[in-house]
Amino acid sequence: MTYMTAIFYFFAAILVFAGLRVITARNPVHAALFLVLAFFTAAGLWMMLEAEFLAITLVLVYVGAVMVLFLFVVMMLDINLDKLREGFWDYLPLAGFVSVLLMIEMALILGSRHFGLAVMSTPVPHPAGYSNTKELGRLLYTDYVYAFELAAVILLVAIVAAIALTLRRRKDSKYIDPAEQVKVKRNDRLRIVKMQAVKKQTEHKPEAGETGA
Amino acid sequence: MSTLSMNLAQFAPALPEIFVLVMVSLILIIDAAVDDSKRYLSYVLSLLTLAGAAFLTARDLSSMPVLTLGGLFIDDPLSDVLKLFLYLTVAVVLVYSRDYLRERGLYKGEFFVLALFALLGMMVMVSASHFLTLYLGLELLSLSLYAMVALQRDSSVATEAAMKYFVLGALASGMLLYGMSMVYGVTGSLALGDMAIALQDGTDMRIPLVFGVVFIVAGLAFKLGAVPFHMWVPDVYHGAPTAVTLFIGSAPKIAAFAFVVRILGQGLESQVIEWRDMLVILAVLSMAVGNIAAIAQTNLKRMLAYSTISHMGFMLLGILAGSQNGYGSAMFYVLVYALMSLGSFGMILLLSRAGFEADKLDDFKGLNQRSPWLAFLMLLLMFSMAGVPPTVGFYAKLAVLQAVVEIGYVWLAIAAVLFSLVGAFYYLRIVKLMYFDTPHDTTPITNSPDARIIMSANGLAILALGIVPQPLMAVCMHAIDASF
Repeated sequence: MTYMTAIFYFFAAILVFAGLRVITARNPVHAALFLVLAFFTAAGLWMMLEAEFLAITLVLVYVGAVMVLFLFVVMMLDINLDKLREGFWDYLPLAGFVSVLLMIEMALILGSRHFGLAVMSTPVPHPAGYSNTKELGRLLYTDYVYAFELAAVILLVAIVAAIALTLRRRKDSKYIDPAEQVKVKRNDRLRIVKMQAVKKQTEHKPEAGETGA
Repeated sequence: MSTLSMNLAQFAPALPEIFVLVMVSLILIIDAAVDDSKRYLSYVLSLLTLAGAAFLTARDLSSMPVLTLGGLFIDDPLSDVLKLFLYLTVAVVLVYSRDYLRERGLYKGEFFVLALFALLGMMVMVSASHFLTLYLGLELLSLSLYAMVALQRDSSVATEAAMKYFVLGALASGMLLYGMSMVYGVTGSLALGDMAIALQDGTDMRIPLVFGVVFIVAGLAFKLGAVPFHMWVPDVYHGAPTAVTLFIGSAPKIAAFAFVVRILGQGLESQVIEWRDMLVILAVLSMAVGNIAAIAQTNLKRMLAYSTISHMGFMLLGILAGSQNGYGSAMFYVLVYALMSLGSFGMILLLSRAGFEADKLDDFKGLNQRSPWLAFLMLLLMFSMAGVPPTVGFYAKLAVLQAVVEIGYVWLAIAAVLFSLVGAFYYLRIVKLMYFDTPHDTTPITNSPDARIIMSANGLAILALGIVPQPLMAVCMHAIDASF
């Protein structure tokens, strides 16, 4: 076993362990932290596949930004895990059966018989000066510029949809527009009421409660 | 680097797409700046966008396929014809929906912006020649539709429908992607043209290929709403605001046809033996379940949803023939279906008013006494859906059946006719309700004149195309012949 193979198995073992813990950890914060570990290890595997740019992006974007946000959300929401787990054991036999079946099916097709080294040629390692980032950038902005722009449009749709579906004017908001506030007229606030003059009461009888004060 | 210098000329065929995108962005900005009293600006601008895009597409109709933008985009007669019909369909949807939206507080810029984004997605799908663009177009369309279904935020039915649509749609996308990745593994290419060449002389990786094709067909069936992947259709059609149902039920079907024909007919053409049997099962089940379940419905939107399922099954008959004739007749069928769907959902919109949806079968009772003209148009639409001559629905069904008989599947054609007979029952029931029952609602029907004129044109087009179907058929056949 070469050094690289050893590293691969080391990383792969950690990845599988972390992945399992994501779905089995009782504490959602722990689960999120295990997801961070899984991302980080996967980034290591990508690095070994010479996909440096993707590996670094995974760490920067997913570990650095998305997961931090995720952790905030998990901490802010009061999730009752026991309620979520209700029925877990009832569904386990059926779900387990389905997933085992899926795995067997995938193994039959995706195994080395069809996609092994005997059928597919071994990828040639790139020379030392090869820049993954540069190559990706070149492809994205030339050959795949149309697809790239479409992906951007999809993100724009997501923004429009999210705002359209969630933005509401709050009825209980105490916010006052300062511009409106400055423009206020006396008549908006003050109402002068004409009343009949009333004769003053002649005597004031102290009541029982008032004497104590 | 020399490759970085991009040739602007290669963007020229995609000019309609670019125009639509620019206009949507403009409408988005303008709409944010104007207040509710000037909302018609978004509406007018949307219609202008459609007119402009139609002009750009019609200006250079291609006579043969042009592959551009790195092989991601194809401009061929098929895409030109389908795009022109997409513009027309979306424009009619907007006209029909205007009053309905205004009465329900949905007359907002978001509706128009999302509709145009969905249109852009459909245009991308129609002229995609690569798995990447096919998928991106589909997602652009689907995301816009999910949001449109949920646009009526305070309606729990609409929210539920949107949720179902979203979850099942995401599942379907996943299956489609999985199938695409398998096919990519076998052929080593995502471009449909290269894929067809790689598969021409057969492949020694037959099992992974068939596995991929199964997933692709399942994903496509989900998107089309073919049985057994149809569960979302009735709920979404029923739950969504009728204007959105009208949209979902018309234009996306045209795009879905292009999507299926491009993948199966162009990319996986050599695997026709594999996918034909799958499509036979989907088609027969769709026609059976769609037509039989529709009988039991009391809600017109739900009934039409089941009718959509059966019509999609019928369209699949044309595609499974796998011949030029089959694709051409399926294209004719889907265009005619879009027209009928526009009319029948549009009729629900025209009869509805503030606080009244007109989506029950009983709401159509005695329509003849309330408005003889609308009742007559609805009669034409229902006859056409059932396939009664001389309406165009008859001719569309006939053309598809001819293509099926040509490949020797006579039993399939007989089954299709039998299920259509079953279907005729519930279409004719509406005609009976309109003409022979007494109305229990005598509120006068008021529509804006433009919606009424378009509806008349829509209904009469069904009759006119039924009497003279040859020009449209010739357009379809020419588009298919020149693109394959």
